[in-house]
Amino acid sequence: MKLYALNMIQPVGDPPPPEVLGPVMAELAKIRRDLEREECWVFGRGLHGPEASTVVKVRDDDVIATDGPWAEGKEHIGGVTIIKVEDLDAALKVAARFARATGLQIEVRPFQGEV
Amino acid sequence: MIEQVFREEHGRAVAVLVRVFGDVDVAEEAVQDAFAEAVRRWPEHGAPPSPAGWIITTARNKAIDRLRREAARAGKQAEAVLMTATRPVEVHSVRDERLRLIFTCCHPALGMQARVALTLRLLGGLSTAEIARAFLVPEKTMAQRLVRAKGKIRDAKIPYRVPEAEELPGRLSAVLAVVYLVFNQGYGGSEELAVEAVRLGRVLKELMPDEPEVLGLLALMLLVESRRTARRRDGELVLLDRQDRGLWDRGLVEEGRDLVRRCLEIDRPGPYQIQAAINAVHSSGGDTRWDQILRLYDQLMAVAPSPVVALNRAVAVAEVEGGRGRAGVGGSARPRAVLLVPCDSC
Repeated sequence: MKLYALNMIQPVGDPPPPEVLGPVMAELAKIRRDLEREECWVFGRGLHGPEASTVVKVRDDDVIATDGPWAEGKEHIGGVTIIKVEDLDAALKVAARFARATGLQIEVRPFQGEV
Repeated sequence: MIEQVFREEHGRAVAVLVRVFGDVDVAEEAVQDAFAEAVRRWPEHGAPPSPAGWIITTARNKAIDRLRREAARAGKQAEAVLMTATRPVEVHSVRDERLRLIFTCCHPALGMQARVALTLRLLGGLSTAEIARAFLVPEKTMAQRLVRAKGKIRDAKIPYRVPEAEELPGRLSAVLAVVYLVFNQGYGGSEELAVEAVRLGRVLKELMPDEPEVLGLLALMLLVESRRTARRRDGELVLLDRQDRGLWDRGLVEEGRDLVRRCLEIDRPGPYQIQAAINAVHSSGGDTRWDQILRLYDQLMAVAPSPVVALNRAVAVAEVEGGRGRAGVGGSARPRAVLLVPCDSC
């Protein structure tokens, strides 16, 4: 089996209103239950926006932490799901469900090695 | 002799070896080694009774030798691949694995250029240099493209299998698009590519004899290819209505028209079949039946509308109306719009 990260590519900006978000979250919960039942679910969670992130880097010998993302972009990764499936086709099928449920693009990225 | 076996058996041998070793690179190198061995041995000892079987067996043994050597140098991956290869290959009853290979090479997760390059390299057995020349890119660029594509197959674990029925239509049209792109690249210049595309089309027909779009694509390519000699005069393009029909390859025309008839029987029309039918009408003897062609363009507009199809349809309309006008008032009313668009490129 192989691990894939499904990265939800989200536009920068405010989240949609609750009446839109509600049904989406319900569908995402259903996908999660299905994946858990098929023993494909490893991990999954939404991320706070880049404004909540902190960057750590080494300068000379000092480690410094600074506010914010390292680059401004129009899109960011809004959430990560990790699944364990047989091959890319299986991962693409799951990604298609997420894409349909959210209307967002999903990046399917394989982890190195097999599990 | 060896070259002929190479052209015909390269794809089959690579496909079987990918199945055995689960790795495209290992398979490709092994088949190359086997053909190199054939070049050394066959002229002296004569060709074996079953050249294809000999190539597959030799390639398998070469791969195992190579993997053992690499495993001895503590290559864990080689060891793992070797484990999967312990099942013996029954060469004489070997299944045709090319269909899996085709669907892997043309997987939608690969870029279009990568799909074309992989298909020509692995299935067609063309060298990297040959593919680079045909697509007018430096050999180094093409080599990198192939390495990247094979890397993605391995790293993302693109499966080596024929898609399930529900995904088949979409996946099949991706395969057909690759073959047709190769053919069109050969249309303008490289005859070798057109020949290779027709050969791939025949392989697809052999593997999927009941898929009408597979037959339609082959028919389309055969009918267009039948006019290759007639299409050029002194280096200039000669349009369809000015071509010397005596120069058409009758064998290809008949084969193409037979396939179109078969498609009509199956009665599940699609874009390639309709284009093939249009070309079949053009390839029939006597005056061109523009009314039939117009009806086919109407169908094509319904299933695969595009500006080129719309333009060709307009030409057909003009021909039908011009033909009527000519019947009434003489030939002068006939428009010459047909000269703008060769039907071959519809």
